[in-house]
Amino acid sequence: MRNIRSIYVPRRQVIRGLLATAAFGATSKLWTGCSSDSATSNSTTESGSGTGSSDQPLVLGFLYVGAKDDYGWSQAHALGVKEIGNLPGVKIVEQASVPETKDVQEVMRSMIDEDGATAIFPTSFGYFKPHILEMAKQYPAVQFFHCSTLWEAGMPENIGNYYADTDEGQFVAGRVAAQTTKTGKLGFVAAKPVNPVIRNINSFIMGARSVKPDVKIQVIFTGDWLEPVKEEQATNSLADQGVDVIGVHVDSPKVVIETAEKRKIFSSGYHADQTDLAPKGYLTGTTFYWAEFYKNYVDMIKAGKKVMDGSIPRVIQGSMKEKYIKLAPFGPAVSEAAKKDAEDAEAKIADGSLLVYTGEIKDNTGKVRIPKGTAYKMTDPVLDKIDWLAEGVQGSVS
Amino acid sequence: MSKTPQSRIWIANGLGMLSRYNWRKIAEAIALPVGALLFSLILFGIFCAFCGKNPFAVYGLIYKSAFGSWRSFQGTLLRAAPLMLTALCTALPARLGLMIIGNEGALVMGGLGAIAAGLLLSYGSITPSPEQLQNVSGIPSAGVLLGMALAGIVAGGLWIAVVGALRHYRAVNETISSLLMNYIAIALMNHLVGGPIKDPGETIKASSFSLPEMNRLINLPTTRIHYGLFYGLIACVIAYFLIQRTTFGFAARTAGGNVKAARIAGLPVGKLTVMICFLAGSCAGLAGMAEVAAVHGRVNESLVAGYGYTGILVAFVARYNPIACTLVAVLLGGILSSGGALQRTLDMPDATALVFQGLVFLVILFSESLYGRFRVFKEPIAPIAAPPLPPSSSTTVSA
Repeated sequence: MRNIRSIYVPRRQVIRGLLATAAFGATSKLWTGCSSDSATSNSTTESGSGTGSSDQPLVLGFLYVGAKDDYGWSQAHALGVKEIGNLPGVKIVEQASVPETKDVQEVMRSMIDEDGATAIFPTSFGYFKPHILEMAKQYPAVQFFHCSTLWEAGMPENIGNYYADTDEGQFVAGRVAAQTTKTGKLGFVAAKPVNPVIRNINSFIMGARSVKPDVKIQVIFTGDWLEPVKEEQATNSLADQGVDVIGVHVDSPKVVIETAEKRKIFSSGYHADQTDLAPKGYLTGTTFYWAEFYKNYVDMIKAGKKVMDGSIPRVIQGSMKEKYIKLAPFGPAVSEAAKKDAEDAEAKIADGSLLVYTGEIKDNTGKVRIPKGTAYKMTDPVLDKIDWLAEGVQGSVS
Repeated sequence: MSKTPQSRIWIANGLGMLSRYNWRKIAEAIALPVGALLFSLILFGIFCAFCGKNPFAVYGLIYKSAFGSWRSFQGTLLRAAPLMLTALCTALPARLGLMIIGNEGALVMGGLGAIAAGLLLSYGSITPSPEQLQNVSGIPSAGVLLGMALAGIVAGGLWIAVVGALRHYRAVNETISSLLMNYIAIALMNHLVGGPIKDPGETIKASSFSLPEMNRLINLPTTRIHYGLFYGLIACVIAYFLIQRTTFGFAARTAGGNVKAARIAGLPVGKLTVMICFLAGSCAGLAGMAEVAAVHGRVNESLVAGYGYTGILVAFVARYNPIACTLVAVLLGGILSSGGALQRTLDMPDATALVFQGLVFLVILFSESLYGRFRVFKEPIAPIAAPPLPPSSSTTVSA
C-alpha cells in the first residue's frame, strides 16, 4: 500500500512539470510575439534616429566601471564629460557601473545601435581586452578611444588611445607633503604593485625627498583596486605607526581620505578633487583633467577627422604641461611657502626645466637604477618598465 | 433521500481526484511569486515617482530594452545564461535542506579548471613558451571544449562537494563554509594568475594565457548568444528530472524533509549530501567554463562579476525549482540589461536596476511567509461521508 501511495506523488509532479513547461512555452510564445513586434519598434527607432540626424548632433558614448560620484577614476572622467556635455551639437550618452564582462560589449552595442553614437570612450583599463577589440572589429566605422596606451600594430585601426601621466603631479604633491609632515614619516595606500602605481609611489617620495632628503614612506598594498575594508585598516595602521601624511592610489580614494581625516592626519589625493571629504587634512592631490582631452576630441571629430586615416593621432599623451594633470586646490594645512614652492615646481615642470626622472636614482635596496646624468622625459617607454621602489620607500613589490 | 449522499460521494470522489493533482497548491505557487513581482513593480514605480520620473515610462523602457525586440532580448539571454547555472548551485542543495551560497567560488574554480584544461589541450602547457604558442595542437576544437567543460564541472563540483562533506562528516555549517570558500577560491585565482600561471605579456591586469581563437565557444548562428545558454537550459531540465522524477531525487527530497526519517528509512544521507553538492558545484563550474571559453578567453579578476551571488537570488525567487530558475534568470537578466537604458535614456542613477532587483528580492522573500495564508489556496475540508481520500501524506511530501 505504501508503495502504491508513493507512486501518486510523482504523478502530481508530472502535472506540475507540465504546467511549468506550459508556462515556459507560453513565455516563449511571448518572445516570438515580441520579435514580430520588433520589426515595427525597430523601424520607429530608425525613423527616430533619421529625424535626429537631420540636425546632426555628435553622439558620444561614455562607459565607466564605477559610479559617477566615486571620488575616483570614474568621477574624474564623468567630470570631464560634464564639461563637454554643454557644447553645442554634442549629445552624451553615458553609463556607469558597467562591469568588465560581456556587459561592456552589450552597452557599447546599445550606444551605437540605439543611441547612434559614432565615437565610444570606454574609460576602464579592463575594457580593452577582449571587449573593445571585439567591438572595434564588429563596428569598423565607429571610433573607439580608450584611456590607456595599449594599442599595438595589428589591432583594429579604429581604436585610438589617450593617457595622462601622473608622475609629475605626484612629484609636486610629494613636495607639499614633505613640507607639511612633522614626523618625517609618510604613508601610501596602494592597490597593486603594477607599473603605474609603483611610478606614483616613487615620484611621490622622490618629490618629498627633493625637499627633505631624510623623509621615508611606508607603503601598504591592499591587493586589489577596490578593497574598502583593507584600505581603512591600512590607513589606520599607518596612522598608528606615526605616519602623518598619506598618499593613495586605489580605484576610489574615498575611504583612505576619510579615515585619515578621522585620525586627524593629512592626506594627498588622487584621480579627482576630494577636498570635501577631508576639509581639514586634505593637502592637495593629483587630479586628471580629462575635459581637456574630450574637448580636443570633440573638435577633431566635428572637423571630420578620424583615427582610422591618421588625422586623429593614434595616441594622445600628456601631463602637467598640457594641463591634462592638475593639482587639486590646496587645503588649509598647506603653508604659504609650500604653496609657492609647488607653484614654482609646476612652472618648471611645464617649461621642461624640471624632469622627475633625473639621475641619480637608487631603488630601496641601494641599487642605482637611473645613473647620474641620465634623465627621462615622461613619454620615454623606459619608464613603463619600472618595477622597483625608489630609495626611501619601506615595502616591497612582491 | 438516499440519492443525495450517493451524488455527494461522486462529487467528493471528483474533488479527491482533483486534490490529488493539488491544483490549488500549484495555483498558489504561481500566483504568489507573480503577485509579489507585481507588488514590487508598484513599489519600484513609487521609487521612480520620487526620482521625478514617470513610472509608466520607466516600465515601458524596461520592457522595451529587456524584451522589446529580438536584438535587445539577446542581451537579456546573454546575461541570463550564467545565472541559470549558478542558480542551480543553490537550488539543488536546497532540496536537501542545505543553504549553499558558494556559487561564486565554484564558478571561479570551474573557470580555473577550464582554462587549465583548455591551455593544456591547445598548447600542451598551462604556461606555454613562445614556441608552443605558435603551434596549436591538432585536437579539434570540439574536443578541447569538451575537455574544458569536464574540467570545469569537476573543479566546481569538487569545490562544493568539500562543503557537503564538511557538513555531513564534521557538522560544519554549510552556509558559512561555502561563503568562506568563495573568498578562498577568488584568492586562489588571484594568486595563480598573479604568479604560477601568469601571462607575462599582460601588463594591465594579471591574467592567465589566452585560449587560441579557434578553441573558443562560438555564438549561435546569426545571434550574439553563445552556446553557454544551452548549457544552462539543459542543466536546468536535467536537474528538474533528477530531483522530481528519479529515486535519487526522491531520496534527496526525503532527506531534505526529515533527515532522521530518511536515516531510519535507510537512505545514505552522507552520500546523497556529497553527491548533490557535487552536482550543484559542477553547474556553477560549468558557468565558469562558459564565461572563460565564450567571453574572456582567459582567467583574470573579471571572472568575479557577481554572477554567483545573483544566482542565489534567482534560486530564491524560483523557490528552488530548476525549471522556474530558467524563467527567473531570464527575468533578472532583463532587469540587469535594462539598467543601462534607464541610465542612458532617462538619466536615472546607475543603481536603479539594483534598487529594482533588491525590491523584487525583498518582496519575494516576504511573500514566502504568505504561503498557506490565503483561503482560496486551501484544500476544502472533506465533505461528510466522503470515502477515504488519497492519504494526506502524499500532499505533505511536498516539493
